[in-house]
Amino acid sequence: MRMSVSLTVNGKPQSLDLDTRTTLLDALREHLKLTGSKKGCDHGQCGACTVIVEGRRINSCLTLAVMHEGDSITTIEGLGNPDDLHPMQAAFVKHDGYQCGYCTPGQICSAVAVLDEMKAGVPSHVTRDLEEKARFSTEELRERMSGNICRCGAYSNIIEAITEVAGKRA
Amino acid sequence: MRAFEYSRATSPAEAAAIVGRTPGARFIAGGTNLLDLMKLEIETPAHLVDINGLGFDRIEETAEGGLRIGALVRNTDLAADKRVRRDYGLLSRALLAGASGQLRNKATTAGNLLQRTRCPYFYDGNQPCNKRKAGSGCAAIGGFSRNHGVVGTSEACIATHPSDMAVAMQALDATVETVQPDGTKRAIPMADFHRLPGDTPQVETALQPGELITAVTLPKPAGGTHIYRKVRDRSSYAFALISVGVVVQADGTGRVALGGVAHRPWRIAAADAALPRGSKAAADILLAGARTTHENAFKLPLVERTLAAALAEAKEAQA
Repeated sequence: MRMSVSLTVNGKPQSLDLDTRTTLLDALREHLKLTGSKKGCDHGQCGACTVIVEGRRINSCLTLAVMHEGDSITTIEGLGNPDDLHPMQAAFVKHDGYQCGYCTPGQICSAVAVLDEMKAGVPSHVTRDLEEKARFSTEELRERMSGNICRCGAYSNIIEAITEVAGKRA
Repeated sequence: MRAFEYSRATSPAEAAAIVGRTPGARFIAGGTNLLDLMKLEIETPAHLVDINGLGFDRIEETAEGGLRIGALVRNTDLAADKRVRRDYGLLSRALLAGASGQLRNKATTAGNLLQRTRCPYFYDGNQPCNKRKAGSGCAAIGGFSRNHGVVGTSEACIATHPSDMAVAMQALDATVETVQPDGTKRAIPMADFHRLPGDTPQVETALQPGELITAVTLPKPAGGTHIYRKVRDRSSYAFALISVGVVVQADGTGRVALGGVAHRPWRIAAADAALPRGSKAAADILLAGARTTHENAFKLPLVERTLAAALAEAKEAQA
């Protein structure tokens, strides 16, 4: 079965005619040619496909494109570009927050959303007092970033990059 | 993935009616579990009815002083709700112990209750599994069974229910509200919602075909100290080996529910009553009649020790 869907990707309205089975990730990569979002496990376990939908990070491999009629989506391409890096992208470069780079777009989209979640007061598993706003700490960032796997093991540099951006924002 | 029809529901009664009368039709909300299983062709719905447009995304106070949580409230929003954090800390803690930030942003309250087991033999289409294909057998019995159930199991199935949230809902005496295909509504206590496997492990809940969850309600706050302890192979983003949820009052009375040990969140009234006598007394009741495999006998002492740790933590918090 085919169906049309209209969504806004990185600020640009898009209309697609898709097989209903098309995931949001495949719509972005195969139909809109935005190949920054990566397909790792395709089962929501690795986080390489993380994009920001309506301000929230999600696994784009575990949702159907047709379920996002009217939604606004930000991918790594929408955060910044080589001539105008998003602060999180610049911090990942500065701190060497990757080796092969495959997980990096998902890491960066996730990290940008994590800082917004903390700002909005969303608690985490390691937040000690549920009634208080969580404070920025390595422990908080590690817990909140656990849905993004880096098989090169650049975790400590990733945390340094996010910490730097968090510090500038605070 | 198999091809399917897709439609967006405009009312709960319409959604229930379509799924009730269409063979192979399923509701889809967050989709984080269903789509995963559809990719593996373990789930092969012919028609998906998208219920995301139905509302059900609010948390409201009830006349009885409790909360009515819409079926589509996302796990992130439920865990972050100020009333939940203040009065039902066990629920926040359980939600935050599960999945990843990305998944919690999508996963819904109702979908969390309905998620399928993570038994590897259920996921492997080349293996027998009575839950995936009724009558085909159980490869987990005698197989890799380190993370399987120890109580309430059957000869047909030893799978566990994977949800953390459901453990908290069980301990908090939640009720599941539904609408049926003919439009009638009913309320199912959590205690009656999930089934034991018996000889029909493919039937996991009390829901009838086409019956749609609209909300989960919590009674007025129980007070006490709320603790959720989850033991897993890594410190984040992993399913429980076992988990313990407790609500402990200042006088030592309280409630206890377990995750990772059975086909459903595990709670026994007599174990609640035994809590003031300590972790051993309560664990003995919770685990009475346990049947372990060669790989998961460790869960029995782990439950007792984790319960002891939870009770000690509660005592410390109350001191």
